[in-house]
Amino acid sequence: MNAIYRARKRTNLILLTISGLAVLFGLFWLAWILGTLFYEGGHALARATLYYQMTPPPGADGGLANAIVGSALLITMGTLLGTPIGILAGTYLAEFGKRNWLASATRFLNDVLLAAPSIVIGLFVYSIYVAQVRHFSGFAGALALALIVIPVVVRTTDDMLKLVPNSLREATAALGCPAWKMIVFVTYRAARTGIVTGVLLAIARSSGETAPLLFTALNNQFWSVNLNAPMSNLPTVIFQFAMSPYQDWHRLAWGGAALITVAVLTLNIVARSLFRRTD
Amino acid sequence: MDFAFENLTRFFALVVFSLLAAILVTLVYGSQLTLDRWGMGFIWESDWDPVKEKFGALVPIYGTLMTSLIAMLIAVPVSFGIALFLTELSPAWLKRPLGTAIELLAAIPSIIYGMWGLFVFAPIFQTYLQPALINTFGGVPGLGALFKGPPLGIGMLTAGLILSIMVIPFIAAVMRDVFELVPPLLKESAYGLGATTWEVVWRVVLPYTKVGVVGGMMLGLGRALGETMAVTFVIGNAHRLSASLMAPGNSIASALANEFTEAVGDVYFSSLIELGLILFLITTVVLALSKLLLMQLARQEGTRT
Repeated sequence: MNAIYRARKRTNLILLTISGLAVLFGLFWLAWILGTLFYEGGHALARATLYYQMTPPPGADGGLANAIVGSALLITMGTLLGTPIGILAGTYLAEFGKRNWLASATRFLNDVLLAAPSIVIGLFVYSIYVAQVRHFSGFAGALALALIVIPVVVRTTDDMLKLVPNSLREATAALGCPAWKMIVFVTYRAARTGIVTGVLLAIARSSGETAPLLFTALNNQFWSVNLNAPMSNLPTVIFQFAMSPYQDWHRLAWGGAALITVAVLTLNIVARSLFRRTD
Repeated sequence: MDFAFENLTRFFALVVFSLLAAILVTLVYGSQLTLDRWGMGFIWESDWDPVKEKFGALVPIYGTLMTSLIAMLIAVPVSFGIALFLTELSPAWLKRPLGTAIELLAAIPSIIYGMWGLFVFAPIFQTYLQPALINTFGGVPGLGALFKGPPLGIGMLTAGLILSIMVIPFIAAVMRDVFELVPPLLKESAYGLGATTWEVVWRVVLPYTKVGVVGGMMLGLGRALGETMAVTFVIGNAHRLSASLMAPGNSIASALANEFTEAVGDVYFSSLIELGLILFLITTVVLALSKLLLMQLARQEGTRT
């Protein structure tokens, strides 16, 4: 009896220790990655030239200005394109579809799309847009990012609208309010922070995406805000520079990497704290 | 107005609904040329020769599956540990920061993982861990073949390890969420009978949530299979079939990332698009399965109360 008891306690202790170690394992990588990123990227970020000079040819001094602006443009365009579609589709799922087949099927497919490999989305946009107009362009990049944004926004809009209590809807309907007015002026308002959180998370997700941009926006070594031409963007520049054999390109790549990570993590934390306040 | 609004939203729901199908159709259409030329043989052929225009997908498919397998072998137990800690052991004040920290691991863009893997992890792996692995396992019959070859730093094993770090947060998040679905009554009954924490988790929590746990694993697998940038940096991009995990290989996603913009000729192009099609089919099946399993758990949840 005592032996069994001791054995059970021992197993318990060992396995729970391992579980604690698993948490440390996860935190260890997070700390290591962020640590290197800020150590390596810190120098690059501290140099003012990073923000106003163009991406240089190897061996020359330069910055990432065109890539930063290009990324910002692409993300803005992608979000502007994707958010309305996502919100409206999510509205249908939560408000009109409820339990009909279209809504449940869409919800299901949207969840698959949410985790689908982004490189396939790049291929898709390449085939339907780039291959048709025969040149890479900022529009194609924005379209690819919009396809990343849509499923995230659909998902959060759907979830957040479902959290709005039905009594609110019933009260509005009892006042003789048409459904569209109820949704726009009552349920959207009630779910506003949640939907904004979703959009912020979608922006965060799309700003780190590289794979879909490789085949769509491509890259541009020069300053360009022409959306109909290849456009420079941070992830592709990082990819190209990091894979190159040149030291100063590596340094710039670290700078860009640190920049993206700071932006993405900030967006994530802001989104999280926004959402928490409403709970 | 009402009618217009409802149909507007329905239209966009239909757009989202048809997106996956549109992707599928586009990819099939784009890979028509190679589908006609080689049919199913494309999957088994290991040649990848742009000069002779002879293409086969075996090497990248093997690389994709192998790296994901390595990733899952590491990520599943670790995620289980994390979820267990977060739901059962962690003091309440620590839950939130710990959970957020693990979720931040998922928020770091994949290109950062790739870069970090190439510049920081691979050299350390090459100097310290790989020689040790080769010395320990290289001589073991059978297993030895997996650990043969020079320590290059990059290769399938490195890619698998980095993938595992990337999917841990996804799996851990799902596991934590399903563990929290277990009715406290069940757990308290077990504790009341004198069960240890581990016994409660292993015999009560896990059986109750096993469908969800498998669903979470599938979600992680889907992520690992389709991951592009992190793998591209460290896998080595060699179109060679090699038994050793130390050797450089290739995965579907990294072959696409590396070669797509440089491909010349219709056959080359079409082969790459077919690679994308294969990847899309594999991940869609895995993710759909994961979703179905998680939905099944949610449904049980509804009826059991």
